[in-house]
Amino acid sequence: MADLLRRVAEQADLAAFRELYQSYGPRVKAYMMRQGADAATAEDLAQETLFTVWRRASLYVEDKGSATTWIFAIARNVRIDRLRREVPWQELPESRCEQPSSETPPDEALSEKERQARVRAALAELPPEQHEVVALSYVDGLSHGEIAARLGLPLGTVKSRMRIAYQRIRAGLEDLR
Amino acid sequence: MTITHHLDDATLMSFAAGALPAALSAVAAAHAAMCPRCRREIAAMERLGGAVMADLSPVAFARPEPAPPMPLPAGAGDLSRPRAAAIAEAEIPRPVAKLFSDTLDAVAWRWLGPGVWDHPLPLTGAGKLRLLKVAPGHGIPEHGHGGAELTLVLRGAFQDETGRYARGDVADLDETVAHQPIVTDAGGACICLVGSETPERFHGLVARQWQRVRRF
Repeated sequence: MADLLRRVAEQADLAAFRELYQSYGPRVKAYMMRQGADAATAEDLAQETLFTVWRRASLYVEDKGSATTWIFAIARNVRIDRLRREVPWQELPESRCEQPSSETPPDEALSEKERQARVRAALAELPPEQHEVVALSYVDGLSHGEIAARLGLPLGTVKSRMRIAYQRIRAGLEDLR
Repeated sequence: MTITHHLDDATLMSFAAGALPAALSAVAAAHAAMCPRCRREIAAMERLGGAVMADLSPVAFARPEPAPPMPLPAGAGDLSRPRAAAIAEAEIPRPVAKLFSDTLDAVAWRWLGPGVWDHPLPLTGAGKLRLLKVAPGHGIPEHGHGGAELTLVLRGAFQDETGRYARGDVADLDETVAHQPIVTDAGGACICLVGSETPERFHGLVARQWQRVRRF
C-alpha cells in the first residue's frame, strides 16, 4: 500500500490511485458509518478522504507511519471537520519540512509494515473488555464519559482499560526489538 | 522548556481516536504542539487507529467511481490557511491560535474574584474552553464538577501537591485527586488554557471562589 502511495506521490499515477481508492474507500466508508454518518454521507466523506490522500500524497513519509495509519488520520480529520464537531486538531504536516524529525517511535528497529502487523495482532489478542473500549473510542468516536454511560461502568474503569490495552499493544511492539 | 507533566495515556488515546470532547481536544492539541513526547505517543496511537480501521468490514460504494481528481497547483485548495498576523505564535500554541484574536497581553479579562480572571474562548463543540489568569499568592479555583478537565500552563507557573507546573505542563488529573494549586512565583501571573467537559455555572462559582481565594 505504501508503494501505491509512493506512485501517487511521485508520478501522480492514476492507476495506483484507483487501486488505493478501491481498497481503502469502502473501509473508510464503513468507518464513517460507525461514526454516525448515514450511508450517502459516509460515501461522500470517504470520497473526500481519498481525494485528500491524492492531493497530499507528496507529504506522506513512509518511515513515519504506514499508509493505513496515515489514511486513518486523514479520515478522522475529515470526519471531525464535516460532522461539525469543530474540534481543534493537531494539523497534519503541510510540507515536508514540518515533518517531525526526532519523533520516530521507540520501536524504530522495525519496518513500518512489521509494526502495523504487530499492532493488528496485539489488537486481536486483547481481552474482550479492553477490545470493546478501544473499538468504542476509535470506531464509534465515543468519549470516555459516553463509553462509561453506554457500558454502565465507572469512568475510572473505562480509562484504566484504555491504558492497559495500550500498554499491551506497546509491549507487543517492544518484544521485537 | 522542559515539560514534566504530560497527558494521561487514556486522554491521549481518546485524542488520537478523535473522540475527545472539543474543549479537551483543544487543550490536548495545544499541549501536543509543545511536547515531543506526547506527539510520539499520539503517533503510536494513530497506528492503532489504522489497525482498527483496517479490521472493519468494507461497505461497498453505491455510486460509480468518480472521475479521477486532478492534481491541484501547489498552495491551492485547503492546504493554505489564513493566519492572523497579530497572533504571537511563540506563546499561543498553533492548534488553538485561530481562537485568539490577539496576544496574551491584550486579552479582555473578566474579573472573577481577587487575583482571579478568566476569558472564555469561542468553541461550538462539547465542553467549555477558557483562559484563566491567577495572580501570585492566589489559588487556582477548582472548577470541574464531575467532568474531565485539562489545564495547560501558557505563562508563569503554579504548584500543588503533585508538583510544579510551568509553561507546557498540563494537569490531567483523575477526578478523585483532591488538589489545591497555588501560584507561588513572584515573577508574575500564571495564565492557563483550561478545557472542561461539563459547562460550569459561573454565578455560584464566583461566590465559592471568594471563599477559596481569601484563604491565601
